[in-house]
Amino acid sequence: MKRSYGAWVAVVVIAAIVVLARTSSVSVKAQQQAAATPEVKIDNFSFGPTTLTVAAGTTVTWTNRDDIPHTVVSTEGAFKSKAVDTDEKFSYTFAKPGTYAYFCSIHPKMTGKVVVR
Amino acid sequence: MSIFDDEKELDRRGFLHCMAWVGTAAVWTLSGGVLKGTPIEQAVRDAAAKGRKPAGLQFVQISDSHIGFDKPANPDVTATLRAAIAKINGAREAPAFVLHTGDLTHLSKPAEFDTLQQVLTEVQVPVFYVPGEHDLLEDDGQSYLERFGKGTHGAGWHSFDHSGVHFIGLVNVVNLKAGGLGSLGAEQLEWLERDVKRLKSSTPIVVFAHIPLWSIYPDWGWGTDDSAQALSYLKRFGSVSVLNGHIHQVMQKVEGHITFHTAMSTAFPQPAPGTAPSPGPMKVEADRLKKVLGLARVSFHDVRHPIAVTDVALEDASQAVAIG
Repeated sequence: MKRSYGAWVAVVVIAAIVVLARTSSVSVKAQQQAAATPEVKIDNFSFGPTTLTVAAGTTVTWTNRDDIPHTVVSTEGAFKSKAVDTDEKFSYTFAKPGTYAYFCSIHPKMTGKVVVR
Repeated sequence: MSIFDDEKELDRRGFLHCMAWVGTAAVWTLSGGVLKGTPIEQAVRDAAAKGRKPAGLQFVQISDSHIGFDKPANPDVTATLRAAIAKINGAREAPAFVLHTGDLTHLSKPAEFDTLQQVLTEVQVPVFYVPGEHDLLEDDGQSYLERFGKGTHGAGWHSFDHSGVHFIGLVNVVNLKAGGLGSLGAEQLEWLERDVKRLKSSTPIVVFAHIPLWSIYPDWGWGTDDSAQALSYLKRFGSVSVLNGHIHQVMQKVEGHITFHTAMSTAFPQPAPGTAPSPGPMKVEADRLKKVLGLARVSFHDVRHPIAVTDVALEDASQAVAIG
């Protein structure tokens, strides 16, 4: 009896740890998503990540790490940066859900997408 | 007849086979629709030996001066532009004029345009321009048009005649579409069709534009979406030469009666297609920089005869590479 009670305690404790660990990992993830500034990096004439998913109301920042200026221009006209030179940034706040395709208007082979949920 | 007519001609297939990944200083002669390449030192020796008289019409192409660029690939682009101008002014025969095939500045800033304008006053002959994408980054290109595009159409396209040759400056850097290449647009294409309609088919044509009008490497955007339509208006002409910039290196191609040529930059070199992760500025050893920057001298010995293009590095390369 004594032994099996001990085993039960062990099982309950382990289960609790597992549940706690899971909950905490989920909440950490949620916090990270809300806290971090979503960023798109421009490297080697490409946007990374090519597709970025964010919540409505999020401000996205693009940083140009090339030695050549680029632009960030919505194909539907929602937003349009000026020339973003080396290490310069451009930010835009996505208020409404939707899919926002964009490209570099001087190197139009460079394309990307922001999905707002 | 070309000035290097003692050279054996390459046939067209042979030429296309070894496509022109060239070095920095080769003489290009178009003869009977086929280009020949000669290392520049040999070309100079041959020309000197023959005691050629000055050509019928000579002009110079410079490109991609990127005033305002200050990254490690070339921290002083104004100095290298000045070196190019010194080459032009120091030539034994002055060219009739200079063509600048775009990317005058790096960021279209007023101070950059000021510097470019000031430096180019050192050129002792007229200069004709077309814009590159780096020249139209501010105010819808108004700064460019006010300074360099007076009397031109639309975003800066224009044409003029010189010594019986018809010159056409096209703009393929505006209203670019996501995922696409360079673009001329319907309005400019209509203008081009009208512009050449009155010309006899025997009139030699020189087209100059920033982005190549042939598909060099679409993955890097090195081509123009609607260039085929533009070239279709020029098919009936016996001699068409197309001069471009944008890719900061020399490349050549012949297609029927049309010869394509791209010029070196005066600012910084870019990698050969597919040899780097991107077409960004290529850093070379400081003592090699002036060998990969330069200009192109173009001459018509007689307007009925084909053109010769000579790519001149700011500093002579020790090893010039010819096609083949």
